Amino acid sequence: MARIVGGIYTSHIPAIGAAIARGAEQDPYWKPFFDAYPPVRRWLETVKPDVAVMVYNDHGLNFFLDKLPTFAVGAAPQYLNADEGWGLPTLAPFRGDPKLSWHVIESLVADEFDITSCQEMYVDHAFVVPMQLLWGGGREIRTLPVAINTVQHPLPTPRRCYHLGQALGRAIESYPEDLKVVVVSTGGLSHQLDGKRAGFINKNFDLMCLEKIVSDPEALTKLTIEELVEDAGTQGVELIMWLVGRGALTGKVAELHRHYHIPVSNTAAGLLLLDNAA
Amino acid sequence: MSTTIPGTTIFDGREAMKGYGLNKMCYSFNSAANRAEFLRDEDAYCERFGLTPAQRDAVRRRDVLAMIEQGGNIYYLAKLAGIFGLNVQDIGAQQTGVAVDEFRAKLEAAGD
Repeated sequence: MARIVGGIYTSHIPAIGAAIARGAEQDPYWKPFFDAYPPVRRWLETVKPDVAVMVYNDHGLNFFLDKLPTFAVGAAPQYLNADEGWGLPTLAPFRGDPKLSWHVIESLVADEFDITSCQEMYVDHAFVVPMQLLWGGGREIRTLPVAINTVQHPLPTPRRCYHLGQALGRAIESYPEDLKVVVVSTGGLSHQLDGKRAGFINKNFDLMCLEKIVSDPEALTKLTIEELVEDAGTQGVELIMWLVGRGALTGKVAELHRHYHIPVSNTAAGLLLLDNAA
Repeated sequence: MSTTIPGTTIFDGREAMKGYGLNKMCYSFNSAANRAEFLRDEDAYCERFGLTPAQRDAVRRRDVLAMIEQGGNIYYLAKLAGIFGLNVQDIGAQQTGVAVDEFRAKLEAAGD
C-alpha cells in the first residue's frame, strides 16, 4: 500500500526562484533563508519518496477568473511550467503519475470532495520554487498537483481545507501500490502585496501557526478566512494549503525541522518538516 | 468588498466582475508577444479588453491603488508591473507612499 512518509511546509516566494536563477543563495540577504533547507533535503535523500503531492495555489498561470475551481487535482503525465510575465526562467516539465491521480480523484469524489480534474495543467512558482528548494528541480520524483483557490473569494474555509487534507490522506493510503508519498504544502506565511496595508507581516501570529500546525492543527481550523486575512495579510491566507497538507498526516506525527525567517521579498518565510510514522 | 481591515480589499465576486476586463488584460501578459504588443500600442491593447475609462486612466498613470479600486487583482496586476520591471517591493512602496528603501526597511524591521 502507498504510505505518506511525511509533510513538508514551505513558502514559495517568486524571488526565491529568481535568486536560484542568478546563483545568489549565499548572498548575505539570502543565506539565512537557503541555509534552512539542507536538513530537509538530507531527509528526502534518506527517505526517498516516490511521489510528491504538491498542495499549492495558482496565481494566474493555469487558471483565470473565467473558470476558477476551488479545488483542482492534476491527472497529467507531465506538468509544464511557463512564463508568468515577470521574468522567472521557465523550467523543464515535471513528471506526473496519472494512475495515482485518478485513484485520488475517485477517492476524493467518493468522499464528497467534488474537485476539478485536470489532464493539462501548467504549474506556476508556487509549485516549481518548492521543487527547486527540495529536489533542485525534481526531475526524478513523480508529482501530483492539488491546487487550492486563494485568488477569488469566497475561499474554502480553513476547516474545509483540513478536511480535504484528511480525505487526501485516506485517498493516498488506500492506493494498492507500494509507494512512499510526501505531501508538500506551499505558501505563506504572513504577507500582503496589495493595498495601503502592503508590507504587512505578523511575526507573533506566524510563530503561533508554526506551533499549532505541529501540535494542534484543529485550533487553526477555527479561524475564518476574514480573520486569517486580518492576522496574516491578504496573501497570508495561503496558510490554508498548510492545513490541507497537515490534514493528510494521519499517523504519528513528529517534528523534524522548523525554520522562520523575515523577510524574503515581502513575506515571512516558514519551513516545517514533519515525519508521519505508521 | 470593503472590510473593517484597514488598507485591505477582499477580492470577491463583486470586485471580480468589476475588474474582469482589466484582470483579463493583465492575465494575457503571461505571453511575451502580448507584453510587446501592449508596449507597441497601449491604447489599442487596452481597448481590446474593454477597460472602463477609470481602469484605462489607472493603467495610464501606473497607479496600483487605483487599479485595485477598479477591481484589479494583485496577482494579475503584478504581470502588468513586470512589463515595467517593477517587483512586489516596488509596487508595495508605491501603494504605501514611501521610497522602496524605506519599504524594505519596514519589512526587515518586522523580524525584530
